[in-house]
Amino acid sequence: MSLVLTLASRNLFHDRLRFVATMVGIVFSVVLVMIQMGLFLGFGRMVTTMIDHASADLWILPKGAKCFEDPSLLDVKLRDRVATMEGVSWAVPLVIGFSDWRLERGEVTPVFIVSADLRDGSLQPFNVVDGNVQTLTQGANVAVDRSYFDRLGVSGVGSTAEIRGRKVRVVAVTDGIRSFATTPYVFVDLKNARNYTGTPRDRASSVLVRLKTDADREKALSAIRAQVGDAEVLTSEDFRSRSRSFWLFGTGAGAALFAGALLGVIVGTVIVAQTLYSSTKDHLNEFATLRAMGSSNAYIYTVIIYQALINAVIGFAIAAGIGSIVVQMTAKSALPIVITPWLMAALFALTVVMCVASGIGAIIRVVRIDPATVFMR
Amino acid sequence: MNDHVVEARSVEKKLGRGAGEVHALRGIDLALRRGELTLLMGPSGSGKTTLLLVLGCMLTPSSGSVTVCGTPTADADKEALARIRREHVGFVFQSYHLFPTLTATQNVQLALDIRGEHGRRAAQKARDALVMVGLEQKVDSLPGGLSGGEQQRVAIARALVANPSVVLADEPTGALDGKNGQSIMRILADTAHERERAVLVVTHDPRVVPYADRIVEIEDGLIVQERTDRPRMPTAVPFRA
Repeated sequence: MSLVLTLASRNLFHDRLRFVATMVGIVFSVVLVMIQMGLFLGFGRMVTTMIDHASADLWILPKGAKCFEDPSLLDVKLRDRVATMEGVSWAVPLVIGFSDWRLERGEVTPVFIVSADLRDGSLQPFNVVDGNVQTLTQGANVAVDRSYFDRLGVSGVGSTAEIRGRKVRVVAVTDGIRSFATTPYVFVDLKNARNYTGTPRDRASSVLVRLKTDADREKALSAIRAQVGDAEVLTSEDFRSRSRSFWLFGTGAGAALFAGALLGVIVGTVIVAQTLYSSTKDHLNEFATLRAMGSSNAYIYTVIIYQALINAVIGFAIAAGIGSIVVQMTAKSALPIVITPWLMAALFALTVVMCVASGIGAIIRVVRIDPATVFMR
Repeated sequence: MNDHVVEARSVEKKLGRGAGEVHALRGIDLALRRGELTLLMGPSGSGKTTLLLVLGCMLTPSSGSVTVCGTPTADADKEALARIRREHVGFVFQSYHLFPTLTATQNVQLALDIRGEHGRRAAQKARDALVMVGLEQKVDSLPGGLSGGEQQRVAIARALVANPSVVLADEPTGALDGKNGQSIMRILADTAHERERAVLVVTHDPRVVPYADRIVEIEDGLIVQERTDRPRMPTAVPFRA
């Protein structure tokens, strides 16, 4: 094995204080980027959680609807027209909207009503941990997530409260259906959803469509689009993408997260560049000696690049450890940080690029070394 | 066959520019021969180190020519000069210039590493070179744990390990006491005579004269005297600190 790695690691570890400073810079930078991007991913997942869990292939939406929570309404007759079309398995109206939840102790808190269709299974409460969702249709029953028990003033199945002055009973409890807007989702049946949100009988927020397994999807999509007039027909993937795009970029939230990540990259690059440069400057005499001995510039660059890579690997390992702790700590929070293997791989690549790019200043300094200087010292 | 390993012909070297320009070498003709230890002597500012740098391919002459093992240096760029140094020249510096974080073996091995020789074989060669200079007990020591004389011996092992055709030493005894100075000069003399290398020692230390086969004196950038009638190498210790 070449001595390059040995030389690079000794150069780095020789000055422990500087090495620690470098590590702090890299870890700070990578953790900051990791959290920002993890929030971005978490946010991106959260804003599409209902779309992800609906078993629909297509969504018929009011023209220009930007996301699942969009309050626009469309004519529910579209549902009847589409349901009988060739290739369509079922079409179900969905009603959503904000409402008021009055706790037994009298406080009022806003909730987000989602109509569940239990017959066709278009969008139902998921991750059910207690109770029976089938009973949602049997009166003024609701399903809530246990993470909102305190907010809603309930303790589980059997608890009661009021929505818009109507008494409701919790019949099912879910786990992990969190709302990014912190307004709890409350699942009810379609009829109750209309009552709680004030949606007229001839209106719906959207229509969910499931295609038959043997249907020609493109053909069915074109045919449905021709039938719905002003309304829009989106595939689940398109609707997911539109929702993400609206919440992440339309609101500026994504830009803020990216700006934070960019800041992290800049801070990390500057710190690593500064410490690598100063380390190189301290070892200039050694690099000049190498040059005097006849080493090629490439050999010296390799030493510096290896220093950068060692920084990157150790810094990233520490940051990844911190990142995994943060992920665990936020798993049950309103906005969990999501770190996927791809994000991890991308962050590692970014760390390597950041550290190697930081070595450019040091390399430029080394290029100017005059090997003759070793005879003057 | 020509025994000249390094040949300088009509070498001139100007350093600096404008009003600060110095004519450091003013037409030097010098050949370094295989199996010969040459001393380059002269007062401070005479051009000794500049000549060493030109002969060692650190600098190119302003005019005239230098060839190292038949390769002219005149038109060589920095990388080409580095390649000539790597292939043919071993350097010994007054301040040793060892890498403080590497062991003696690793310091010597570095000279092989930059030539693309890696691994156990290179490490063994490095240890053998250290044994040759009498440092078999210090192969794993860091430079900080070695005396000045020992450090210079590591530096000589480093200069010799890749079997260069020429060894250029700049004041190798300058920072050493008498005993260590003698030891270093003996190694350099052996390198010239037993290993058939051309060795040039730049010095202003008269105590090293008995080890020379030839003495070249330089003044104001000109060779003013060249002689071979040096005193015989003594058997007793000539150095006294």
